[in-house]
Amino acid sequence: MAESVRLIIDGEHADVPRGTSVAAAILNRGTWGFRRSVEAEVRGPLCGMGTCQECRLEINGEPHQRACMAMCVDGMVVRTGRASD
Amino acid sequence: MEHRHAKVVVIGAGPAGLAAAARAGEHGCSVLVIDDNPDSGGQIWRGDHGLRARTWRARCAAAGVAFVHETAVIGESAPGTLVAGRPRGPMRVRFERLVLATGARELFLPFPGWTLPGVFGAGGLQALVKSGFDVRGMVIPVVGSGPLLPVIAAYLRGRGARVPIVAEQASAASMRGLATGLLGAPAKLIQAIRLRAALWRTPYRTGYWPVQATGEDRVREVKVSNGQRTLTIACDALACGFGLVPNIHVASTLGCHITEGRVDVSDLMRTSREGVFAAGEALGVGGVECALVEGEIAGLAAAGAEDEAADLRGRRARARAFAGALSDAFRLREELRRVVDDATVVCRCEDVRWGRVRARSCWRDAKLQTRCGMGPCQGRVCGPAMAFLRGWRVGDSRPPVYPAGAKDLAVALGSAGASAAPDERGLRERTNMEPER
Repeated sequence: MAESVRLIIDGEHADVPRGTSVAAAILNRGTWGFRRSVEAEVRGPLCGMGTCQECRLEINGEPHQRACMAMCVDGMVVRTGRASD
Repeated sequence: MEHRHAKVVVIGAGPAGLAAAARAGEHGCSVLVIDDNPDSGGQIWRGDHGLRARTWRARCAAAGVAFVHETAVIGESAPGTLVAGRPRGPMRVRFERLVLATGARELFLPFPGWTLPGVFGAGGLQALVKSGFDVRGMVIPVVGSGPLLPVIAAYLRGRGARVPIVAEQASAASMRGLATGLLGAPAKLIQAIRLRAALWRTPYRTGYWPVQATGEDRVREVKVSNGQRTLTIACDALACGFGLVPNIHVASTLGCHITEGRVDVSDLMRTSREGVFAAGEALGVGGVECALVEGEIAGLAAAGAEDEAADLRGRRARARAFAGALSDAFRLREELRRVVDDATVVCRCEDVRWGRVRARSCWRDAKLQTRCGMGPCQGRVCGPAMAFLRGWRVGDSRPPVYPAGAKDLAVALGSAGASAAPDERGLRERTNMEPER
């Protein structure tokens, strides 16, 4: 069994195996929309390899981080941009 | 800011990059590999502990090759000095020889509904599953084009998804042409048969392409058509890719000649720029065999072992010929240009719809008038799509080649130190990168 790490996604604890990307962790919670586009459409990951920028969200207070390229680590705080705030 | 220096610097840690790094390292060069991903292997060997991946990783380790991961090259601050962005701040890397092994990305073509959450690239979905996305029990059609579709379908099935259809836009006739061509390459033929066997429960339909994805909050249904008949398939997610596009942004920023979206090289993988080599998919999509042999040639040539490099030219020619046959077989059909409607978003970063962009005269005009291609992905998605839809040339690129934080750029510029001041086409032109709205 892989070692797990605990992070916070949209205010809730999530325990995931080490080596899980932030994008995978969010999708596994049943959250498919990661951000709002400039016309407020809900968007989620497309390319899965750091190119398309559709999975951008906030990680540890830094906006515009690519969820597909970031690995989950203990204590990480992730916020999706689904709400049009 | 961290400074690094190596005789041979390699950008990209996929098969071409690893082969180049190992070969140069084995000839006594100090080698540093810069890679955007958390691990080596590129897209094709992501999470792969197969024999070939292991072998090349081990050769790199034995040759003392150093790696920096999660690091994206932003530009060149002075000739021979790269600036790269990382999560923990920027770094500068000086090189004597440079090997560009920047690989390829997926080609996405717009169709109504393709922006819905749950519509993934085919390779994109595979990458997400490899990084932990659990697709057990999901119904996932695989649509688009290319030899990777059945590979990805088999992979998804192996991870517990149900793949109701693989829809390949190429016609049966062009596929048959491929089968004939394959007879010249027995190893590939066996590979193809194995895949077919793995797919036996999945209908592989040629001549069908996606025309619409629908769903409220995420994709729930996809329609594929052969021009006469339309099939409607319920789904939980959709895997959709139309082949691969060479990543040439770094090469183009460094001033290497590009022809038709590919980096120009000599038969020893020299680009038009002295001391800069390129290998693998950046030269045109060729597959892993091709990437490996070109990586070897580039690494050897960069290390000055030109005779040894020249001996590999025959192997390279055969790999390229095979790639050429593949690309003919999977040529994209006309009809794919007519799937978009005026309301279809073409540029996902800036939400530019087909109705606004289709009447523009060229890529530059589209950028200026509509902001198409001006968002954070810098046209990496919509550029190749518009090249296909309108026949535009979209190759131009300028630094920063990757979305870079203002912080990284400022630091990179501010502490030029001993190295020369940033040159004109260096990092000065910041930046349409970070969406500030």
